[in-house]
Amino acid sequence: MNTASPTTTRRDLLSLIGAVAGGSAMYLAMNSLGHAQESDYRGPVRLEGDPKGASVLVLGAGVAGMVAALELRKAGYRVQVLDYNDRAGGRTWSLRGGDRYTELGGETQECRFSPGLYLNPGPWRIPYHHRGMLDYCKRLGVALEPFVQVNHNAFLHSKAAFGGQPQRYRTIQADFHGTVSSLLAQAVSGDRLDDAVSAGDREVLMAALRSFGGLGANNSYTSGIEASMRRGWDKPPGGGLSAEPVSSVVHSASDVLQSRLWRALAVALDYDYQTTLFQPVGGMDMIAKAFAREVGDLIRLNTKVTAIQQDEHGVSASWMDTRSGESGQARADWCLCTIPLSVLSQIEMNVGLAMSAAIAAVPYAPGMKIGLQFRRRFWEQDDAIYGGISYTDLPISQIGYPNSGYFQDGPGVLLGAYPFGPYAYEFTAMAPAERIRRAVAFGAAIHPQYAAEFEHGMAVGWHRVPGAMGCYGQWTDAARAQHYRNLCALDGRILLAGEHASYIPAWQEGALLSSLDAITRLHQRVMAG
Amino acid sequence: MRVVVAILLLSASGGAAQAQAVAPAGGVFGSPFRFTETNGASIYQSVCAGCHMADGRGAVGAGVYPALAHDPRLEVAPYPIALVLHGQRAMPPFARYLSDQQIADVVGFIRQSFGNAYAEPVLVGDVQAAR
Repeated sequence: MNTASPTTTRRDLLSLIGAVAGGSAMYLAMNSLGHAQESDYRGPVRLEGDPKGASVLVLGAGVAGMVAALELRKAGYRVQVLDYNDRAGGRTWSLRGGDRYTELGGETQECRFSPGLYLNPGPWRIPYHHRGMLDYCKRLGVALEPFVQVNHNAFLHSKAAFGGQPQRYRTIQADFHGTVSSLLAQAVSGDRLDDAVSAGDREVLMAALRSFGGLGANNSYTSGIEASMRRGWDKPPGGGLSAEPVSSVVHSASDVLQSRLWRALAVALDYDYQTTLFQPVGGMDMIAKAFAREVGDLIRLNTKVTAIQQDEHGVSASWMDTRSGESGQARADWCLCTIPLSVLSQIEMNVGLAMSAAIAAVPYAPGMKIGLQFRRRFWEQDDAIYGGISYTDLPISQIGYPNSGYFQDGPGVLLGAYPFGPYAYEFTAMAPAERIRRAVAFGAAIHPQYAAEFEHGMAVGWHRVPGAMGCYGQWTDAARAQHYRNLCALDGRILLAGEHASYIPAWQEGALLSSLDAITRLHQRVMAG
Repeated sequence: MRVVVAILLLSASGGAAQAQAVAPAGGVFGSPFRFTETNGASIYQSVCAGCHMADGRGAVGAGVYPALAHDPRLEVAPYPIALVLHGQRAMPPFARYLSDQQIADVVGFIRQSFGNAYAEPVLVGDVQAAR
C-alpha cells in the first residue's frame, strides 16, 4: 500500500474520471443555484435629489434593514425601524459569556464562555469579493482579521477511512493530486489518450502533471523526498547531526480514492471560499454594533410586527411590544421589509398575488452551530492547528478553530458542529444540552483531548431561533424562475430586501446588495413623484 | 451554497459503526442525505420536534409553528401528507429526505398522538399519489 499503482487499468481511469467529474458537476449545480455569483457592488450608493420629507418604515434591523436606514436617512428620508429581537443585527450575531439565549420551545442557555471568547451562530466569514460588506466595514470602522479557510495541518476524517484515524489535510491533498497526476501521466505516456491530447500538447501536459502531482522518476507518485515535500515527513529536516529527514509513506491510490476525503479539498476551490476571507475582530456582531452606532436611534427593539397594510397614501405596520404587551402602529409613505420569509409569509399583508406567492415559495434551510469551550487550546498546543477547519463525515460535519488569540494559555472556544441537511434537523430537534453532549462525543473521534478538556457549550439550531425561524432562504432554480423577480419588485408602496432577495443566499453580502438595490429603486420611484 | 457543499463533503456510505456508539435506537444520524429513522414516533422526535416540539404544542416567536395537538386539520390525511412532502411557508419540504413509507408512518403517528385520534391508517399509496 506504499506506492501508487504502477500500472493503470481502464477501470482505475474510469473511476478517477468519475470522481473528478462528480466534483465538476457539483460545482455546476452550485453555480446554477446562484451560489458562486460575484458581488456586483460598485461603491457607495448615490441617492441624489431631495425626497422632500418622504418617510420610510424599515422592518427588521439586520444588515439589510440597517444599511437601508443609514443610507435613506443620509439621503434626507425620515426613517424608523422595527425589530423583533432585543438587539440589532438579526442573524449577524455573536454569543459571549453572560449572554442568555432562549430558543423556541423555551429552553434557555446561559453562555459561560470566558472573557474575549465567542461563537458566531450565524455568518462567520466574509470573502474578499464581498466588496459591499468589506466597504461598509471600512467606512464604519470595523476591524477585520483573516479568517483561515484552508489549514493544511487541520484534519480530514471519515469514520470508514483509514480505520477512523483523522488524516492531515496536506497528506490527503498531496496523495490525491499525486495519484490523479500519476494515473493520467501513465495514460498519456501509454498513448491511451491520443484522441484527446495532441502530440504538441502531450509534452506540456506531462510537465504539468509532474508539477501538479509532485511526481518522481517514471512519472509515478511514490514515497520519498518529492512527496514528503508536500505531504510532510516522518521526521522533518533539522539542523546539526540529527538533521537528516525521514520521508513519509504515501497512501495507495485505492486508499486515497476510496477514503472520499478528497471531497473536502473541493471546498477551497469554490469561489465563495477562496482566500482571502475575513472576520471582524472580536465577533461578527461588531458589524451589527457598528451599524447600530449609526442608526440605533431609529430602531425600536422588542417589537413584533403583526400586520402590514398599504393604501394609496402610505403603509402601516401594526406591532406589539414583546415585553410590555403594548401595541401600536407605525406609519410611513413607504415600507422596506427585510423580515425573513419564514416569518413574513405568516404576517397579514395586502400585496398583490405575485409577491404574495413569491413570499410563500421559499422554504428556510436548517442550520446548526455549536460552540465548545475547552480548558486549553489543545488543537494548537498538541496538534499545531492554528485556525481553519477540519472536515468529517460524522454528524458534526466540521470543526472550526478560532482564527485569533493564538498561543494564549487560557481556554479557547471552537466551533464544534456545523452541519446542514438531515443532520442539522436532527441536532435541532434535540434539547440544547443533548446537542452539546453529542458534539463532544463525536468530536472526540478527531480530538481525543475533548473528553478531558471540555468545559461548556452553546448550541443554536436556526429553526429554533425566534426571530428567524430558519437559517436562510432555500431557493430552487424552478422557484427562482417563477418568483424571484416578483419577490424583488415594488408592490405599491412595499419593497422587500434581505439575503432571500439576492443571488447570494445565506451571505450578508446578499442582504446588503439587495437592500442597496431596493432603496435605489425606491428612491427613483419617489423622485419620479 | 452550504447545503450543496456539505453534501459534497459527506460520504454516502452508511458505515456508521463509530457513530452508533453515540447514536440511540431509532436511526438518528444515519445518513447526511436522508432520514433513517424507521417508525413514526422516532421520525417525529428526530425531525418534526425541531419546530413543532416534542409534545406537539408548537411554538410562537416572530411567527408561529402551529401546534399539532388537538388539530382538526389532521382529519383529512392528504393535507398533512402534502405539507410534509412539499412544504408551505415556514414549513420546509421533506420529499427528498423521507421515503413514502416514512411519511406515511409519521403522518399516521401525528394523527394518533397529542390528543388526535384519527384511526384510519395512512397508506404508502396515499403518499405516492401526492408525491
